[in-house]
Amino acid sequence: MASEFSAAAPSSVEEGAAAPASGVAVASGPPQDPGREAADRRRERRSRWYRRDVKWSPYAFIAPFFLFFAAFGLFPLLYTGWASLHRVELTAPNDMEWIGLRNYTRLLDDEFFWNALQNTFTIGILSTVPQLLMALGIAHLLNYRLRGSMFFRVAALTPYATSVAAATLVFVMLFGRDYGMINWFLSLAGFEHIDWQNGSFTSQLAVSSIVVWRWTGYNALIYLAAMQSIPSDLYESAALDGASRWQQFLHVTLPSLRPTILFTVVVSTIGAIQLFGEPLLFNGGGGATGGSEHQFQTLGLYLYEQGWTNLHLGRASAIAWAMFLLLIVIGLVSLAVTRWLRRGEGKA
Amino acid sequence: MSIAPSPAREDSAPRTLATPPGKRSRRPRRSGAGRQLHGGRITYAVLGVVTFISLFPLVWTAIAASRNNTRLAETPPPFWFGGNLFKNLEIAWTDANMGSALLNTLVVAGTVSVGTVLFSTLAGFAFAKLRFRFKNALLLLVIGTMMVPPQLSVVPLYMMVAKLSWSDQLQAVILPTLVTAFGVFFMRQYLLQALPTEIIEAARVDGANSLRVLWHVVFPAARPAMAVLGMLTFVQSWNDFFWPIIALTQNGSPTVQVALTGLGRGYIPDQSVIMAGALLGTLPLLIAFVVFGKQIVGGIMQGAVKG
Repeated sequence: MASEFSAAAPSSVEEGAAAPASGVAVASGPPQDPGREAADRRRERRSRWYRRDVKWSPYAFIAPFFLFFAAFGLFPLLYTGWASLHRVELTAPNDMEWIGLRNYTRLLDDEFFWNALQNTFTIGILSTVPQLLMALGIAHLLNYRLRGSMFFRVAALTPYATSVAAATLVFVMLFGRDYGMINWFLSLAGFEHIDWQNGSFTSQLAVSSIVVWRWTGYNALIYLAAMQSIPSDLYESAALDGASRWQQFLHVTLPSLRPTILFTVVVSTIGAIQLFGEPLLFNGGGGATGGSEHQFQTLGLYLYEQGWTNLHLGRASAIAWAMFLLLIVIGLVSLAVTRWLRRGEGKA
Repeated sequence: MSIAPSPAREDSAPRTLATPPGKRSRRPRRSGAGRQLHGGRITYAVLGVVTFISLFPLVWTAIAASRNNTRLAETPPPFWFGGNLFKNLEIAWTDANMGSALLNTLVVAGTVSVGTVLFSTLAGFAFAKLRFRFKNALLLLVIGTMMVPPQLSVVPLYMMVAKLSWSDQLQAVILPTLVTAFGVFFMRQYLLQALPTEIIEAARVDGANSLRVLWHVVFPAARPAMAVLGMLTFVQSWNDFFWPIIALTQNGSPTVQVALTGLGRGYIPDQSVIMAGALLGTLPLLIAFVVFGKQIVGGIMQGAVKG
């Protein structure tokens, strides 16, 4: 930060010839001819204006962000906490009745909340772990010198351009019980038709596969970017030591990617906790229940059901804060892991 | 995650974007970074499978959209195009009000992108190169807000929208997403390296005020990153789902994503029409991907190194 330009430097250059004391002592001298006085005053005004500009423009530059953030980020965040202590109905959102922590204590006894929490975790693991492992493998392959490498990269990224809605609608058809492509394919291999949507594990697997499909390529490119900044002499010396390609991957690539991997784990975990569109639309026209037995209802979906199907905005707010607390815990854990990794690096 | 990327990651970043146009050969054969081993047959085979899996659902969307409902309820499923594509596209277009939905989405995604890029560049520049009080605390606040999920604000936002009678109006989805912490952080990280402080100082010595510095120094230097951020924001805004489905309705002024959820909800949902709608909603971004694919890939990789 030492390289930031100093606020005073330019003005002293500008004023240097006429008024060395830079705007403070200019007016104190004896009266001179009017033209010169006016010029001095103009210069003084200009330098005062200049200093104000330097002092206040940073705030003007950050103001739009913070104004919007305060109005649509911070205020809603706090107000959600406030609303979670009230009984509020969607039909009359401004009628709030104070009920203390009852929305939270109610959540603790709410089987649907625990179900949604469990589903969120299961789907989160089913989607995040294969996604990141495959992304790592694909990035490794994309890192070779390839003919048409840009084609492979763009192709891997196309699912990212597909919206949740479009992707889920297609996957609902692919996972169809009677005429779906996937069951047809499995039947060729001699499997019975699977009722993906109504099974508990199968539906969670199907929902996860949509997430995996959409995000694997994106993560692969992030890993690829990190791989390309690994100095090649690390590989050369590993090769000299007789390390195979696989050993190079294990002992050179993976350790260098550690910060990036942690970053993608955190980002995908945040995404997994918020999962909403995929399970909503995977239910076809069935609404926010997450399947007939709530078998793939996530926390995000349960929040939506409580607020916008059952009209309990207060309870929805409590679920939102529960999700927030969960994220904070995850954030703290990842911070601890980072610290631990750094310490490991220091020792090595 | 970390505010100060490790040197190894930092050095590849400006090379992609900040190199002067003349030197910008395709991925220079630099000695320091990356591996230049040739891929073998297995590499191509596996990447071929990956490409197939990535593209197949999209291709099949088009196939299903070109058939009819009866054909989709037969085994085996169709593998090639039928003759109903334009009929289904037409039905989807009218049923889901796709014309106005596409227009709405364009307005929303366009405004959000322009706003995000502009405000992020301003704030990113201030955080990268200017000196002011509480700078570090405010920057920490920006980074902290990147973790906050959208779910946390929907209830109050819904109340606000109801109170201002904005429901079903586009500003209800534009204004809350007009700034992102990610954008500010992204621009800060870029300008930190791409904008030499001496240039700002020189402009200042010449008597340029802040607006002139912004216009003649900061914006030109930030342009590559602004383009990247604009593309990423556009894609994200185009595909945004959670808040639009709460703030907008299918019969009011829906975005494409909202319109899609209401498609084909008759007594017997017509799958081929639903697929035609999904195709209509995805096509604009796919075309953009074909045209700008290289830049988007570069942008995401750039953002990755920054993140």
